[in-house]
Amino acid sequence: MRHGFTAIQALALSLALAFLVLPVVAVFLQVSPAAMFSQLGGEAATKAIVVSLRTNLIADVIIIVVGTPAAWLLARHRTFPGRRLVVTLLELPLVLPPAVAGIALLVTFGRTGLLGGQLEALGVSIPFTEVAVVMAIIFVAGPFYLRQAITSFEAVDPRLVQAAATLGARPWRTFRAVVLPLALGGLAGGWALAFARGMGEFGATLIFAGSLPGVTQTLPLAIYSEMNRNLDTALAIGGLLIVIAAAMLLAVKMIPSWNPDPNSSPTSARRFATSPSTPR
Amino acid sequence: MLEAIAGLRAPAQGRICVGDSVWFDTDAGVDLPPERRSVGLVFQDYALFPHMTVARNVAFGGRERADEMMALVGISHLAGARPGEISGGERQRTALARALACDPAVLLLDEPLAALDPATRADVRARLAELVGHLDVPVLMVTHDMADAAALQCDVAVMDQGRVVQRGARADLLARPATPAVARLMGANLLPGTARPGPAGLTEVVLDTGGTVLSGEGGTGRVGVVVDPWEVSLVHGRPGDSQLNHVTGTVASLTPAGNRVRVQVGPVTADVTALSADRMGLVVGAPVTAVFKALATRLVPLAGETPPAAA
Repeated sequence: MRHGFTAIQALALSLALAFLVLPVVAVFLQVSPAAMFSQLGGEAATKAIVVSLRTNLIADVIIIVVGTPAAWLLARHRTFPGRRLVVTLLELPLVLPPAVAGIALLVTFGRTGLLGGQLEALGVSIPFTEVAVVMAIIFVAGPFYLRQAITSFEAVDPRLVQAAATLGARPWRTFRAVVLPLALGGLAGGWALAFARGMGEFGATLIFAGSLPGVTQTLPLAIYSEMNRNLDTALAIGGLLIVIAAAMLLAVKMIPSWNPDPNSSPTSARRFATSPSTPR
Repeated sequence: MLEAIAGLRAPAQGRICVGDSVWFDTDAGVDLPPERRSVGLVFQDYALFPHMTVARNVAFGGRERADEMMALVGISHLAGARPGEISGGERQRTALARALACDPAVLLLDEPLAALDPATRADVRARLAELVGHLDVPVLMVTHDMADAAALQCDVAVMDQGRVVQRGARADLLARPATPAVARLMGANLLPGTARPGPAGLTEVVLDTGGTVLSGEGGTGRVGVVVDPWEVSLVHGRPGDSQLNHVTGTVASLTPAGNRVRVQVGPVTADVTALSADRMGLVVGAPVTAVFKALATRLVPLAGETPPAAA
């Protein structure tokens, strides 16, 4: 009886593994590595690589610059009224379908949208520009960084912050010299997750920014548009995105987070906290 | 209390000043943040920065004095080590050096020995006492262990339920505890009873546990008879000597501590040498009489029944 159940479990695991891994492997079996490289050198792919890298880097800089102080504020004040609501609102885009995010951005920043009139008066038109791509990425990927950053900051012992203050350190110095170094591993992990999500962003970008080659056509959008024209190009881009995603996942798992107890297990949950941060 | 002084916790009401500078005053609306108070706080768990070396921890308090302070507490050889790599006593000295490096107007020690294991505590306590003796900075230490206060040879203020109930040198507290809590803290026996004038100018106390005790001190009403464990001797049978007080009971427990044995007889704790405990053949359950002189006792009014002595 027990052996039978174990066998069923093993079968389920094999099935899951095969189903999840086989399509990934298939991409690389379909096109030889040499052909992949030459396809990536083609015009459509190169343009998409440039667009994707540039928009993601700009988006990530904004995510980190705005998200880091915001997360520190939320981590430091764990009991203010409405905190749970604020954190939940920040996490909402994580579970929102990307198409909804795209249409929501459109009705906010589009010509006839909520802020469309004001933006038009300023002579600014956002939809179907590179700015729209950046905004779509920030909207869907930002919460990944925020959530991880809040968790990482919460893991910093408040005693150390107090100690720094009694030693005469102003809040900025405390943050820079004590909090940031201790949370850095977690922050980097959060950034890697945000970058991986941003590189894969498709739905919101398509609706809000369109798919103009060289302007708003990112790598996932290029896969979609090349699929009917040249399957090998689409597969090559797919392979590239798989490699990037795998590298990010590996980086997140290997990031050395500060470990006060050298004897504790290196795979402890604190190193790689992805659970939603909850107010304590 | 230390957190209030350091500015980490705001008291509901009051005034905190060091020398001429006011750090906190509810009436004047003053509440300086911790970084603007000249305070060196050694946390109970030391709160060393785990990602910095010992040297950088100390330099965080003040770069100019860092080397001098590390030398003062004897951790110069550990400069390059991280807090996770050194012993508890060394961590404590690092925290002390770090607190001193910012040249504080007052040094606060929050149970500085509580995080250490008992084996090293006595050693570290002695070193701490020696160090603190050399400092020309006022030191305020919070402890639950009278041995710490004894080692530092300082004035002691005993706090009970948030209030200072007695202040003074340790010897005074030992000789004249103001409240039962102080007596218990000093490790003395406290036998509750009711006092009335006794024979020959002595005070007779009828103990709640039965029997009477004579004291050389005056007192009436509800009192606690305070007697130090080392003033209590144990005898078999009824003694015929000058010791006026005897409490007869059976041995409830025997706790050896070095060359002494702490014996619990009914409500009384007695310290006797291991040698005499052996000679008397003391075992748990054996009948024995605890005796002590009337002059070895003090009487303290019991809490709530008479107002405490004027502070």
